[in-house]
Amino acid sequence: MFKESLKMSFSNILGNKMRSFLTTLGIIIGVMAIIALITVMESATGEVTAQFESLGTGKLTVQAAGTALKQGLSETDLTAISELDNVSGISPTISNTLSVVYDNAVLEDVKVNGYGFAYFRKEEGVVSRGRPLLPTDEEERSRVCLIDSAMAETMFSGIDPIGEEVLVKGTRFTIVGLLADADADDMMSQLQAGNENGKLVMPYTTYMRLFGVSGITALEVYTMDSSGTNALVEDLEVLLDQIFNYKDDSYSVINMESLLDVMDTMLGLMTDLLVGIASIALLVGGIGIMNMMLVSVTERTNEIGLRKALGARPRSIQVQFLMESVILSLFGGFIGVVLGVLVSMVLSNMMDIAFVLSTGAIVLGVTFSLAVGVIFGWAPARKASNLNPIDALRSM
Amino acid sequence: MTNANGFFQMNNINKAYWMGDEWSPVLKNVNLTINEGEFLSVLGPSGSGKSTLMNIIGCLDTPTSGEYILHGKRVDDLEPDELALIRNKEIGFIFQSFQLLSRQDALSNVELPLIYAGMPPRQRKEHAAEMLTRVGLEHKMYHLPNQLSGGQQQRVAIARALATNPTILLADEPTGALDQKTGHQVMDLFHQLHDEGRTIIMITHDVKIAQNASRTVRILDGELSEGVPESV
Repeated sequence: MFKESLKMSFSNILGNKMRSFLTTLGIIIGVMAIIALITVMESATGEVTAQFESLGTGKLTVQAAGTALKQGLSETDLTAISELDNVSGISPTISNTLSVVYDNAVLEDVKVNGYGFAYFRKEEGVVSRGRPLLPTDEEERSRVCLIDSAMAETMFSGIDPIGEEVLVKGTRFTIVGLLADADADDMMSQLQAGNENGKLVMPYTTYMRLFGVSGITALEVYTMDSSGTNALVEDLEVLLDQIFNYKDDSYSVINMESLLDVMDTMLGLMTDLLVGIASIALLVGGIGIMNMMLVSVTERTNEIGLRKALGARPRSIQVQFLMESVILSLFGGFIGVVLGVLVSMVLSNMMDIAFVLSTGAIVLGVTFSLAVGVIFGWAPARKASNLNPIDALRSM
Repeated sequence: MTNANGFFQMNNINKAYWMGDEWSPVLKNVNLTINEGEFLSVLGPSGSGKSTLMNIIGCLDTPTSGEYILHGKRVDDLEPDELALIRNKEIGFIFQSFQLLSRQDALSNVELPLIYAGMPPRQRKEHAAEMLTRVGLEHKMYHLPNQLSGGQQQRVAIARALATNPTILLADEPTGALDQKTGHQVMDLFHQLHDEGRTIIMITHDVKIAQNASRTVRILDGELSEGVPESV
């Protein structure tokens, strides 16, 4: 019986190819829009999240402008911060641009940075060769440094720079490692990219001594356990309040993870909104199916009457018509899914983001179209099944 | 009551329609008993109530009051599903305009009532083919209705009516859409079926056609009477 209904439905759909196709088009467009939007949004969200993560999770950024009396954080303050619970290390953000000398050759405009060893521990793959900065370098204010590949190429063509010595502000530094080239996609390095000819990194303690810096205004605090980040923020605020004598606006603690959460929520909301708009297309498609099914019922009044006269129960008629609308909408759903995936592949390509096939979106698209078929096919099928066979036959 | 086996019996059947402000009677106290194997014609002009009578006989409609027994079972007050079953098993419809599904071939059209009877596909096809052979259309099984002549189409419809081996064949103006010659052929087929012991009820307004039947009842203004008036 089920198989027969299926066969009859197909025969009726194929008997009106053009009309069936046009009706299905509404569903195709609706499902395609939903799939494309969800997939593109998910890919974009993934991209943005990845970029944010590259900015730093597992760390807090502290901006400490300080007060008129106390500008920035002293070395004692930094020690106090690094001794807080759940802190694996700190790395101040201090830099200067100046000339570096090697073997009577002068390279101007080199960006000289002071980092903490924790930076090398946290960030992966920043050292391409040699060794990173170690805790002992920090404690002993060692005169060691790492240089980037641009500087290595211009200053040490043909020579292995590791073990060589350079002069920075008149002081000898031994090169212990090479910095890896920053990923071109890394937002932070793009932001930092300036007109410098190279980059040189030394322990921040050495830097402070060398340049006579007494106040640090920006630093990264690395956490050990991300679940304790919020507690650490509070601890940091208590400490910084003491350091800056409870003066408002003297510092700020930025938690990248909470920013990421906000971003995620916002993108999620955006996706919901767009899917909501796309659903309207699906709704319109559903109304199209309902309209066609109603026309079909009217057109086939005669046939319905005949079937009833030959012994079809109301339910059989209902099943047959419902099946027709479900087949139509499911068919549209499948085409919509295929087109949606294609469109999102093209869009991802155009927007230069990684394409991620969303199974959730596909399931949603197929489920939606099935639901549309049942919901919008119900009323016409019901109407057909309730037709009085006499009236139906009389219209012959 | 009058017929012990209750093969076909209508007792005091009334049918009235609500015409907005009053009940308009269409059938008035109709009593009709038919024996198994009878070929009965119901003769009446349009508006006489013969369509309504046919609908009630065919279980497409239920009477306002009265008792209708078909094949030993009361069928005057059944639910839609039960009526569908009765129509499927007990009644073979033959319509004036054939009522074949235009997109399906002769065989599929004959299969239709068997689908609703729940017969498995293979058996169904064989049986339908048998029915078509029975009406002399064994060479036209895969023809669509529009590839068949009117007479052939009506024969497909008769094969379809015979498919479920119903208790009665109910024909509504079976020759109405045919020319005289093919009409005669269809009537010949009816005679054959009658000779085989089929019970046939034929509704018509044509006295000449009605004369094919072994017994004729006349309906006028919703009242039924036996026999053909000489004056018609």
